[in-house]
Amino acid sequence: MKISSLLLALAAMAISLTSCEKESSEPTPTVATTGEVDIELDHVVGANALVLNAATPNYTTPSGDHFSVTTFRYYISNIKLTKEDGTTYVQPNSYYLVDAAKADSKLLALKDIPTGDYTSLTFTIGVDSARNMSGVQQGALAPSDMFWSWDTGYIFMKLEGKSPEAGSGAFLFHVGGFKKPNNAIRTVSPALPAATKILVRADHSPEVHVKVDVLKILTGPTTVRFADFPGAHMPGASAVKLADNYAAGMFRIDHVHAN
Amino acid sequence: MKRTQTVLLAAGLAALLAAGCQPDAAVVPLETVPGSGLPTNFPAPVYGLDQNPPTKVGFELGRKLFYDPRLSRDGSTSCGSCHQQFAAFTHAGHPVSHGIDGLLGTRNSPALQNLRWQRDFLWDGGSNHIETMPAAPITSPVEMGETLENVVRKLNADPEYQRHFEQVFGSKPIDSYQLLKALAQFTAALTSANSRYDHYVRHESGGTLSAAELRGLTLLTQKCTPCHSTELFTDNSFRNNGLDATFAADSGRAHITQRPTDRGKFKVPSLRNVARTAPYMHDGRFQTLEQVLDHYAHGVVASPTLDPLLKPATGPLGLALSSQQKGDLIAFLNTLTDEQFLTDKRLSERP
Repeated sequence: MKISSLLLALAAMAISLTSCEKESSEPTPTVATTGEVDIELDHVVGANALVLNAATPNYTTPSGDHFSVTTFRYYISNIKLTKEDGTTYVQPNSYYLVDAAKADSKLLALKDIPTGDYTSLTFTIGVDSARNMSGVQQGALAPSDMFWSWDTGYIFMKLEGKSPEAGSGAFLFHVGGFKKPNNAIRTVSPALPAATKILVRADHSPEVHVKVDVLKILTGPTTVRFADFPGAHMPGASAVKLADNYAAGMFRIDHVHAN
Repeated sequence: MKRTQTVLLAAGLAALLAAGCQPDAAVVPLETVPGSGLPTNFPAPVYGLDQNPPTKVGFELGRKLFYDPRLSRDGSTSCGSCHQQFAAFTHAGHPVSHGIDGLLGTRNSPALQNLRWQRDFLWDGGSNHIETMPAAPITSPVEMGETLENVVRKLNADPEYQRHFEQVFGSKPIDSYQLLKALAQFTAALTSANSRYDHYVRHESGGTLSAAELRGLTLLTQKCTPCHSTELFTDNSFRNNGLDATFAADSGRAHITQRPTDRGKFKVPSLRNVARTAPYMHDGRFQTLEQVLDHYAHGVVASPTLDPLLKPATGPLGLALSSQQKGDLIAFLNTLTDEQFLTDKRLSERP
C-alpha cells in the first residue's frame, strides 16, 4: 500500500512535469510594471555626421590624416541598466548588430524593463566569449561577414575606408578576439549627463541619444596613423589597441528624452 | 494483484514522462540516421546528440548541401569535392586541393570522421565548433570563394531547398543558422567505429587480429602515444613532429595563437582509416605510410618547438623503429580501416 501511494505521488508529479512550459498560464499583471527604453545611436566623426562612401576624403584625424568611411559596423551586447540603489536589469539575449548603412539598426528598442529610475547604462562592445564558442547562433549573431570562420569568432567592430595616407589607399580595421592575451571584448558605461536619469514608467519610454564617434577609434591610448597602422584582420595586438581606443570614448550619451 | 497494480502504475508513469514536451515532428528511431548512436568504445562526445538531435530529414538535407557545388561561388566545388567518402573524406592523392578557378590551397584536406568527438578543427585548430566550421572553406578565396549571405540567397531561390529546410526547421526563409545546423547534421553523422580493430576491442565477431597486427598494436601504445592515444587515435593536441627546421611557409598553430612557442605545431590527426588517407602531413608531403614511419625513424629535423617526445635522452631524434617494427605497425594501422564507413551508401553523393 505504501508503495502504491508513493507511486501515485510520483505519477502526480510526472503529470505536472509533462505539462509544457508554454502551456502554463502566465499571471496577467493587473498593473503594468514594465516599460521600454529606446537607445538611438547617432554616428558622427568628431563634430560632423558620418556620411558613408564620400568620393573624396571628407574627414581629417587630429594628426592630419584624411579619410572617408565605406563600412562601419559593430556589435552591442549584454545591455544592463542600473538603478540608484544598485539593483540592475540585465537584458536577456541582448545582441545587436549596428550598421551605419542601415537606419533601423541604429535604434535599439529595449522592452519589458522593470519600471524605475535608472542611473547608468552598461553594455559590451562586441560579443561575449560564451557566444563565440557555442556554435552557430541565430538573429543578430547568425554568421555573416562579421564572423571569422578560420579563427572562430565574431568581428566586434568593422571600420573600412579610404585614405591617401594609407599605403594602399585604403584601411581595413576588423576588431575581434576573445582569448587572452588578445581579448578585445570591452564593456563600457558611458556616463549619463549630469542630473539625468532614465525614468522607465509604464507610460514613459525614454529615449537615450548616444553619439558614436568614429574618430575615437583612431585616437585615444593609441594614435592611429594610416601610413603605419593600415589594418587589423585577426585577433592580435592591433585589434586590442583599436578596442582600447574605442572603449575609451566612442560612445557618449548626449541627452535623454523622458517622453 | 498489488504487484500488477504497481507495474501498471510504473508503466503509466513512464509513458507520461515519455509523452512530455516532444515537438510535433516525428522522432526518428536513432538507428535510421547514420552516426546517431555512440560507439561503446568511444569517450563521451564533445558535440552531444542533444545539441543538434539527428533526424532523417535533417541528415538528408545536410548530405544534399555537402555534395552541392552551388555552395561555391562558381558552382564548381562542393564540400565533397575535397572530402571523398572512399578516402575517409580526404582528397585522394592530393597533397593540397584545388578550389574555384583551379586555385590551390595551402594544406592537405583533413579526414572528416568522428567530428562529434573533436574540439578544434583545421590543422591549426582555428575553428572551434563543428557547426561553424564549414564557413571556413565556403568563404575561403581559394576553396569555395563564396559568402554565407550569397549561399543563403541561392538556397532561398530554390523551391526544393525551401521545402526541405522548412520541413527540417519549420520556419522560413533559410538563413545562415539553418544552413550551418543542417550541414552539422551530416558532418556529425560521419562516425567511423566499425574497423576490424573496433570489433576486436569490443569483442565482436570478426574481431580477430593477427600476430603481426597485435605486435603493431603493442608498438603503437609504446611508440605513438600519447599523441595518437584513445580510441580516436589522437589526443587532439598540436605538436611539431619535426618536418622542417623553419616554418616560413606555414607557422601552423602559431598562425592562430601568435605565440612563437607554437610555430610549426599542427593538429595531431587520427589514425583511423589512415591507410586510405594518403598523402600525409599538413602539406601532404608523404605518399605512403612507409614514408611516414621512415620520417619518424630517421627524418626528424630539429627546431626550437620540436616535440620533446621526439627528442630522446640519448640517440638520434625521432623514434627508434626497426624495419620489422615498421611492418608490424603498418599491419596494425590497416586494421583501422572501416570499410562499412567508407562504403556506406547513406553517406555517399548518390545514396
